[in-house]
Amino acid sequence: MRGMLATFAVLCAALIAMTAAGVEPGEMLADPVLETRARDISKNLRCLVCQNQSIDDSNAALARDLRIIVRERLAAGDSDTEVIDYVVARYGDFVLLKPPLKPVTYALWFGPVAIALAAAAAAAAFLRRRRTRRPFRSIPTSAAGSKRC
Amino acid sequence: MERLVNLLFAGRFVYVLPLAALAALTVVFLFGLQKDPRIVPSALIDKPVPEFALPPITGGPGMGLASADLKSRISVVNVWASWCGPCKAEHPLVEELARSGLATVYGLNYKDEPSDALRWLADLGNPYTEIGADRNGRVGIDWGVYGVPETFIVDHEGRIRHKHVGPMTAEAVDGEIEPILRVLGP
Repeated sequence: MRGMLATFAVLCAALIAMTAAGVEPGEMLADPVLETRARDISKNLRCLVCQNQSIDDSNAALARDLRIIVRERLAAGDSDTEVIDYVVARYGDFVLLKPPLKPVTYALWFGPVAIALAAAAAAAAFLRRRRTRRPFRSIPTSAAGSKRC
Repeated sequence: MERLVNLLFAGRFVYVLPLAALAALTVVFLFGLQKDPRIVPSALIDKPVPEFALPPITGGPGMGLASADLKSRISVVNVWASWCGPCKAEHPLVEELARSGLATVYGLNYKDEPSDALRWLADLGNPYTEIGADRNGRVGIDWGVYGVPETFIVDHEGRIRHKHVGPMTAEAVDGEIEPILRVLGP
């Protein structure tokens, strides 16, 4: 049993190591502060070749080119926002793994919360109505009711 | 509010509501599933072409390709590479487009070895008025290229009007590219 657990742990470690295959040592910046910023930026930039990976994870050639561009621009003194804007200007908002908050994405960001609130309000109204009304309908005594009888 | 609540809970309507919402969502998803997620709309539509100046393929024909070339006529910019199989498949359509006279067809040779690119042109024919060689792919990135082939339509003011991702098909040329070129004018 312990042997199996150990094997499992080793396999997990190997898998985790494999997922970090994107960045190659030769690409890294000498300045550790800039390199950290580059890694953080790259982690939120989508690789358009293999769309569910970030350019930090992907070993596609285009991802590598973009990682290098991110580092070049940081080394040239760009702020993080400027670097991200540079890539978004070329590839659009889809390149961001976390969609930006702007009018066209309001439905995306607030939709689920709005639906949950509406559902909660409806449930509350339903329950309150059920509590205040008697479970049995009273026999209609109005003119319309008697006529139907 | 009270009236709204009463209206909502009158009759059986309220019980159908979740089902109706689910049905609506299903329709939305069914339409969503028809779309190819690999086709990312270009961020450059209706924007001027990026500034660039590329040399010709080393040892090849022409003067190269620069943004200035794209500002006085309707052009089609076809991104291709000799290592790209689908480029070979769409090549006859690129030739047909060049022959149609609807636009000047330019090539952007993306990340290619000059000797390979020249052999490719010798084997299949050269439909391009000019070709720019983008050895390191930087101009491609400025154009938002994320794979080859890609084809752009540029109007006579040098604005990108359309992008086709992936190999052109006869249907795409007839139904998408040629109609846009005809709308843009002679």
